[in-house]
Amino acid sequence: MTTRIFVPRDAAARAVGADRVAAALESEAKRLGLSIQLVRTGSRGLFWLEPMIEVETPGGRIAFGPVTAKDVPGLFTGGLPLSAAHPLCVGRPEDIPFLKRQTRITFARCGIVDPLSLADYRAHGGYRGLERAKSLGAAGTVEEVVKSGLRGRGGAGFPTGIKWKTVADTTADQKYIVCNADEGDSGTYADRMIMEGDPFLLIEGMTIAGFAVGATKGYVYIRSEYPDAIRVMARAIMLAEAEGLLGAEVKFDIEIRVGAGAYVCGEETSLLESLEGKRGQVRAKPPLPAHKGLFGKPTVINNLISLATVPAILADGAKHYADLGMGRSRGTMPIQLAGNVKHGGLFEAAFGLTLGEIVDDIGGGTASGRPVRAVQVGGPLGAYFPRALFDTPFDYEAFTARDGLVGHGGVVVFDDTVDMAKQARFALEFCAIESCGKCTPCRIGSVRGTETMDKIIRGERTAANLALITDLCQTLKFGSLCALGGFTPYPVMSAINHFPEDFNRPRLSAAAE
Amino acid sequence: MPILHDLQATFDQIPPEAVVFVAEALNLTRAEVHGVVSFYHDFRDKPAGRHVLKLCRAEACQSMNSEDLAHQVLDRLGLEWGGTTPDGRLTVEATYCLGLCACAPSAMLDGEPIARLTPQSLDDIVRDAGR
Repeated sequence: MTTRIFVPRDAAARAVGADRVAAALESEAKRLGLSIQLVRTGSRGLFWLEPMIEVETPGGRIAFGPVTAKDVPGLFTGGLPLSAAHPLCVGRPEDIPFLKRQTRITFARCGIVDPLSLADYRAHGGYRGLERAKSLGAAGTVEEVVKSGLRGRGGAGFPTGIKWKTVADTTADQKYIVCNADEGDSGTYADRMIMEGDPFLLIEGMTIAGFAVGATKGYVYIRSEYPDAIRVMARAIMLAEAEGLLGAEVKFDIEIRVGAGAYVCGEETSLLESLEGKRGQVRAKPPLPAHKGLFGKPTVINNLISLATVPAILADGAKHYADLGMGRSRGTMPIQLAGNVKHGGLFEAAFGLTLGEIVDDIGGGTASGRPVRAVQVGGPLGAYFPRALFDTPFDYEAFTARDGLVGHGGVVVFDDTVDMAKQARFALEFCAIESCGKCTPCRIGSVRGTETMDKIIRGERTAANLALITDLCQTLKFGSLCALGGFTPYPVMSAINHFPEDFNRPRLSAAAE
Repeated sequence: MPILHDLQATFDQIPPEAVVFVAEALNLTRAEVHGVVSFYHDFRDKPAGRHVLKLCRAEACQSMNSEDLAHQVLDRLGLEWGGTTPDGRLTVEATYCLGLCACAPSAMLDGEPIARLTPQSLDDIVRDAGR
């Protein structure tokens, strides 16, 4: 009998040796004359256990991790199925508390199925969403997305259904669906996991969007830093075309466009410019992309996670989704724990968990074992939170009220060795490197801000220079067209306000290095 | 953009001569094409070394001491960010997030992801790539 063994092909799993583990499993099984079938899946998102392999047994799958190639011969000592008594065995994956406590809707299949098997996708509920959309009709589908309360998962939190409705209500000879997969925020990897682990989900979501608003062409804009995701996505599109799920028959096709290392292209209007082959410079709004988007045509531009959540909303109904969450933040959010954290990984849960629960209970504190000092939520433009604000619930409005943002759901943990003045300087430096150059406060202010922060770090006229930074942040916030300049003040000011002691240290020039 | 990516894949840079051809084919000015090439960090105006090591400098990796690791490599090779060793074997570039943030610090060598870097493992990578 052939035993199936599942090994992730997710880039993060490969980065820590999953390919070597897969090769070792095959050669060891061959040597022992055991019949195994390797299935390369996406990742379950329990990254501290990667490479995590799963073995099929009569009682379900049993997981082992983190496995290295050297561990493989030992795993086979008891023959097949691999023995649950092995020290690396972590039991049934569904029973691991990190996974058990989640509400997986968008990520229901990720890490379980073969990402490039349409049969697997269908067997696990794939294309049920599109079927229901067809039965509801285009207007009914838009209505369902509106009712679900789904908001843009890229960070802005704009209601997805309203965007769709605007495009649906606009008449044009051509409309577009654009998926923003330019996931540049540090600490985020949810888009990457879906593209590598469940690409048909995005294809289905975009097809539903096209059907709902009357668009026949879709683009997925993927950042160049994700070569694995580009490969898997391209293959999935080919497979879907071969089965007639994309193409002339369904009046919808999808093309991939690859970015070229510009963070600002994650901003929707600069992404559209980049798609048109231009410099990725931000456009002034209005006109909204929903009215005049790609090539001047009405365009739905959504974050990947928003589009990938649509199939589940349609398959199980808007109410099922909207019943989860708190306040105006409905449904689930894939929270991505990263940085100096013991249990780093993807945690999909209904809105409303507090930051403390996320970092301490779920994340298990720092990887270094030292106390947590600061947590940056929402990427490089997100605020740094001190422990004193750990009661903030994960919710768009609650974070805004505390001068922060949920963003794309990235949570980066820092221990007590962090120097917040350096982090504030980095935020300004990053803004200078990535500014598209359109707005003066962002183009020049970020450079001057970095220089001023250097003076503060050197201990030169600290109070006056801090006042200057505060003033500059006001200008950035109100004088920038997009979030890059507009939100850079969040990490800078939160570092200054919550960690003032790091900005008033007498320093030796050597210590600033 | 797809044209520029293909050019870079073939020539390992966007050769200035090619800008003329691209401009002609797309009915754009040379300035417009140059503007696009120079806007994006990925496009190079001279070829990189035989191997390209991209080290992540974003916050998640910073929280795991990526800056110290990076400076260890740069100092030893005597390079600035984006520099290539004199023998043309290795280029070290900065990148801002590879999406491997739960296994920080991370890097990418010739398009292959590497994570949970330690001073030792990074040393080995640099030594092997320098061969």
